[in-house]
This record gives sequence, structure tokens and C-alpha cells, in this order.
Amino acid sequence: MTLVEANSTYVACPFSNAVIAGLRELDQQKFGYDRLRGNGIDVVHRKVTAVDTKSRSVRLDDGKQLAYDRLVVAPGIDLRFDAIPGYTEASAEAMPHAWKAGEQTLLLRRQLEAMNDGGVVVMSAPANPFRCPPGPYERASLIAHYLKTHKPRSKLILLDAKDAFSKQKLFEAAWKELYPGMIEWVSLSFGGQVTRVEPATRTFITEFGTHKADVANVIPPQRAAAVAAIAGVADQTGWCPVDPVTFESRLQPGIHVLGDAIIAGGMPKSAFAANSQARVCAAAVVDLLRERTPASPKLINTCYSLVAPDYGISIAGVYQPANGLLTDVPGAGGVSPMEAPKSFRAQEATYADAWFKTITRGVFG
Amino acid sequence: MLGAITGVIAPALAMAASPPGAASCLGCHTVNGGDNPVPPIGALEAEQIVSAMQAFRTGARPATVMDRVAKGFSDEEIKAIAQWYASAKPK
Repeated sequence: MTLVEANSTYVACPFSNAVIAGLRELDQQKFGYDRLRGNGIDVVHRKVTAVDTKSRSVRLDDGKQLAYDRLVVAPGIDLRFDAIPGYTEASAEAMPHAWKAGEQTLLLRRQLEAMNDGGVVVMSAPANPFRCPPGPYERASLIAHYLKTHKPRSKLILLDAKDAFSKQKLFEAAWKELYPGMIEWVSLSFGGQVTRVEPATRTFITEFGTHKADVANVIPPQRAAAVAAIAGVADQTGWCPVDPVTFESRLQPGIHVLGDAIIAGGMPKSAFAANSQARVCAAAVVDLLRERTPASPKLINTCYSLVAPDYGISIAGVYQPANGLLTDVPGAGGVSPMEAPKSFRAQEATYADAWFKTITRGVFG
Repeated sequence: MLGAITGVIAPALAMAASPPGAASCLGCHTVNGGDNPVPPIGALEAEQIVSAMQAFRTGARPATVMDRVAKGFSDEEIKAIAQWYASAKPK
């Protein structure tokens, strides 16, 4: 088994919003691949330049070829720098996205730290689908926590290309309680759609007006990352259709696709979901190599968000294949209760932290 | 991240025999515990997993998230998961 990964260090996105808010350091988000090597996996830090589905081989950027019986691809996402006029890769310096953890995360943090008290932070969130549906709202919450603690005369405006979002009622109730008057959420219907940005002045232009920011965070629309196109597994939507039992691509036999890049029906683009999919896919690949038919799986997702360091909320779901997609098992799942004591929110924050430790240890050793 | 599989690896082989849903437990639960507020699933007997899941499902046992998860599994599925984890325990 060979693992091809372009980067020698993985920087985890979950909890990177806490890094932006100064509650955590980026080093706590970083993981290496050495322990996977210890498990007998060949780890190659190269980029994939081509996939030949006929001869079943992968070409790397050093010219080497790897033959495969089964290929598993977890592309992740690319940010679409063609989606919002004015928002290019270069403008991500003035208006960071911080939607891939790393330098962008630190850049947004530094800009918040440099902002004067009384400043205005403007964020924009894309239409569905995108990586981590509750992520923009967790980020708004934790930035508000930073502002309340360090720059209490400041405010945050969140321009949204949607009229509804994940865990919305819980977030809105918590904002009212913890950060009264600090976060203004502007929905699609009330002019939340960003039609253009001007990076030089950190300005967002919407259908209804303009918002000039002291600190700007643009979370642009996304697509499956470039390797999906190289492997021929992305369709015209930019995302990857898969079989919900084996995660084999609907477009390329012998190639399996996982995680944020796939069209997963009811399953969200979360790290927990990707990990659940990976475990099911691994078992299916073993079955297929042994010429057995994989059994129909069940998958779980649990996704925590921090509204404050000691205030966690969650969404959960159980999924099974139905009509060719992963579909919610009726009666299961849902969000944390609206009415709950502080101890309940604190316990969910503790579980969020435990989840991060468990999943990263499970993946990286 | 991209994996070219030309052989069979032991952990995947073990999970291949696991019943529907069992693999996802390991998103939060460890098998053997350690410094973690979430109970290690490998430390439990099959009957303990079954009774806990049933109590979560009915709401008899208070929970933060397990009530919402348990509602997605039938008695048969819970039993199969419980037996699988109990049998995977180091003897």
C-alpha cells in the first residue's frame, strides 16, 4: 500500500477557528506521516500529475509511475478563485480565506490582533455545498469571543449567500446570550450575497450595498480539489459522484473517492464523515480485492462547534445507502437541545476536544 | 491524499468483518482508553454495550449525543456491533 501526499505535514482544519481566535496554537494542528511508515505503509511526498485508468497507474511529479489494483483518492477541496469577481489567489493576502489551515489561519489571526478596538470584521460565507457547513458560524462565534475579550467596542458582520445554516437556532441563541449586539448575520434575502470584492480597500459589494472592513475574511465557493479532475472523478458540478456502499467513483471504475470532495447525499463535508467513509471504503476495498460483495454499510457523523471555549454544540446523523446516495436514517440524528444547562454546553466542548485527539491519533498514530 | 492499493493491510482486513455502523464508533471512542472523557468501547462487555445503546435510544440514560446516534440502529444492529467489539477484545 502506497500513500501519495503532496505535503510532508498535515495541518488540520477542525479547531483552526480556535487558532484564529488566539485560543490555540497552529502547532497543535500539525501532524506528520512517520507513524504510518512504521505501519508498513509506503508514504511518498509527491504530487500526482496523471492517472491512467486503462493501465491502472498513477504518475508522480518526479516521473515515477505507481501501478494499482484499487486507487483511493481523498482530494479535499480547492477554493474557487473564479467565483467572486475581484477575489483572486493574490487577494487572499488582504482578505484571507483561512479555509485551508496553515499560513492563512495565522494571517487572519494577525490581522485581528492588529485591528483597533472599535473595528469592523466582515466575513462572507458561500452557498451550499462547501467544506464544514457550521464552520463559518463557529468562526464568527470565536472571533466574537476574541473581540469581546480584547476589543469590546468592535463588531462582526457575516454576509451569507444562504437564508439558513447548520445549527442556526443554537448559534443564534448563543450569540444573543454570549455576544449581544456583536454579530450581525445578513442572510441572502437581506443582501448577504457578495457580488464583488475590492481587496485594496477590504470592501465587500453586495446586491444591497457595500461593507468596508477593517478585517475581511472571504470564504469563497469551493470544488473538489485538482487531483479529482486529474483522476477524472469530478463531474460538471465540480464534485465527485460515488457509489454509497463502496465509495467507488461513478465515473471511473477502480477509483474510490472520499471526504469533502464527494457528493455524499445527506452526509456533510466534515472530518468525522470523511473518517467514517474511509473506514467503510477500506473494508469494501478488501472485499472487492477478494471478489466478495461488500455489505450495505451504516455511517455516523458527529460534528462539534465551539461557540466559546467552554460552550460546545453538536449535530449528529446516521446514514445508509438509499436511492444511490447516503441518506439520513429517519428518526436518528439532529442537533443539541435548545434548552440545556451550562454544564451540558461545557461537556460538549470537552467532547469536542476529545474527539479531535481521538481522530487525529487514529489517523496519524 | 491518495492511496494506491496493491496489497491488503491488516487493520482494513479486521474492519472488513465488522457489522454495519461499527467502524464509525471509532470516530469518538478509543478501543483501549487513555486520557479521554469518552468511554473506551473495548473495555465493555457485549451486554453493557447493548443495554447502554437501548437506554440511550429510549432516553432512559441521559446523553449529549449518544441518544441521537443510538436512534439510528435497530436491536439486531446494536447486538451485532456489541458482539463484534466484545469479541475483538484482547483475551
